[in-house]
Amino acid sequence: MNNPFRLTIEGLERVIMSLQQKGYDVIGPRYSDGVIVYDRIHSIDDLPAGFVDELTPGMYRLTKSGNRQFFGYTLPPQSWKRFLYPPCRELFTLRKDGRSFGLTPKEDRSPAYAFVGVRACELSAISIQDRVFSSGDYRDEAYLSVRRRNFIIAVNCSQPAETCFCTSMGTGPKAGAGFDIVLTEIINGESHYFVAEAGSDAGTSLMEGIGAGGADESDVGAADETIRKASAAVTRIMDTSDLPELLAENTDHPQWDDVAKRCLTCGNCTMVCPTCFCSTVEDRTDLAGRIAGRTRTWDSCFTMDFARVSGGNFRISGKSRYRQWLTHKLSSWVEQFGVSGCVGCGRCITWCPVGIDLTAEVGAIKRGSTKQESGGSR
Amino acid sequence: MPQRRNAGKPKVAVFKFASCDGCQLSLLDAEEELLDVAGAINIAFFPEASRRMLRGPYDIGIVEGSITTPHDVEHIRAIRKSCGALITIGACATAGGIQALRNWKDIRNFVHVVYASPEYISTLDRSLPVGSFVHVDFELRGCPINKFQLLEIINAFLNKRKPNIHTYSVCMECKIKGNNCIMVARGEPCLGPVTQSGCGAICPSFNRGCYGCFGPMESPNAPALSARLHELGQTKHDIKLAFRTFNAYADAFRKESESNEQ
Repeated sequence: MNNPFRLTIEGLERVIMSLQQKGYDVIGPRYSDGVIVYDRIHSIDDLPAGFVDELTPGMYRLTKSGNRQFFGYTLPPQSWKRFLYPPCRELFTLRKDGRSFGLTPKEDRSPAYAFVGVRACELSAISIQDRVFSSGDYRDEAYLSVRRRNFIIAVNCSQPAETCFCTSMGTGPKAGAGFDIVLTEIINGESHYFVAEAGSDAGTSLMEGIGAGGADESDVGAADETIRKASAAVTRIMDTSDLPELLAENTDHPQWDDVAKRCLTCGNCTMVCPTCFCSTVEDRTDLAGRIAGRTRTWDSCFTMDFARVSGGNFRISGKSRYRQWLTHKLSSWVEQFGVSGCVGCGRCITWCPVGIDLTAEVGAIKRGSTKQESGGSR
Repeated sequence: MPQRRNAGKPKVAVFKFASCDGCQLSLLDAEEELLDVAGAINIAFFPEASRRMLRGPYDIGIVEGSITTPHDVEHIRAIRKSCGALITIGACATAGGIQALRNWKDIRNFVHVVYASPEYISTLDRSLPVGSFVHVDFELRGCPINKFQLLEIINAFLNKRKPNIHTYSVCMECKIKGNNCIMVARGEPCLGPVTQSGCGAICPSFNRGCYGCFGPMESPNAPALSARLHELGQTKHDIKLAFRTFNAYADAFRKESESNEQ
């Protein structure tokens, strides 16, 4: 750890105040109607102190525990994607002007966001979307502009859920990179504080600006121990060995039929996935046809329209759509972006209404790999 | 004067069969947009709104209600012939409506119980959607329909473009809106995963499960949802009743309610 700080609870409040003074829209976890959501926060009083969540396939329950921990939950339903890559975005308007027309691009008015409470798996997800939106022919300038102005305070995970498998994907529970400040929350008897580390110059200057003191060896030891325990508590395993090849070679595996019987093709998994980035554009008009506008909205490879092209639809069955999602996420994504599309956050497992578990699907395909059984025939 | 004012505007007619009128009233309910709509189309036949009743042919026919009598069958065939585009609106017109609950019983028994002189009653044995009798160009779902979707259809027709009406699940709408999933977070039964979006996910937005008012989504896997509802404590009877409401006779919902019949 480079120059760790010890941040008191009041110190965290000063961090939030300082971010607000710098003009950031501070977004963090807060309680809302039975779940944790990422939303605007104004002070530490907005943080979901004492809430713990239980996440299992197809089930989420939030309860109030006796302790004072601010970040004692694991993961909320929706990720930071909502702010970085909003579900609906107006792109431009067209106005008819005699025989010609004028185009007005929609100005990007998104604020500078400071995120508080980003988990290690979510940092990985953000770095994956950074790649997606900054590479090749499809640079998303609006996304990149939000990211350039983005300040991130990560919080190391202290209690992974049953649906988590960050250790398999190499993304957590300890935040590795991509933050300005990372915190580890420590509750030790009466004392409640954070061990903080800066990950950027902006992070260092903010910590120094609020007058945070240095952490001593025992503080750092307590933080390390928290992370070690969290890491040991991750029980779910995704077997990633040769995973891209395994899925690419098993497109006719009977497991796809099996999962199709259970899959609702509702699209929830793609909506909650912090890396899924598919969108569609919709054109609207006024009644008179003088003004038109184009909006981009989140789409999903589970919808019928997604694969509807001139002449037909190339993914009619639920089977082909689930297979498309999983093989893209875990296999062809690697080819496309040089990294897996899965960070092991487990949201798709928790928020699938019928609890389909991608780690189990991969396991079943691995056990009965048609390649192993039939010597590589397709 | 009205003739000149309406010159060149598409003639629109609104017809009603077995229904509650709620869907066609959505057009009158479009308060802010109504003047624009009235300016863009010639409302030629809309008995609920105006005494002015112009003869066909019409450019657009908007039809509410299900077909329940032999007279209805003749009438809808005549309407089809007089309309360029035929748009059916609401669960009655697109799935047979709540009155299709009678499709599982012998209609003669009802007629004998309800009417003093049953011999005067001439009715079909089932309540069926308009699309069972004539070609329909667009089916707008909902009980009732969403007025913004109706305006979108009219708008798309006027501008000769594809209407932006999604056929995916209510879940997509919930997630785009940022709603909590009440099925996962509360364990409450919800038909959202098998129901078509379009309502704006109204019920889940108020922490109620989806009732399926917009009928089956594009690729409904109702048996998979039922299996989960059963795990959440719903009996086969509960599940049967959940699927047997406004869109009871829509194929996927009908089959699922029947397979949960004991």
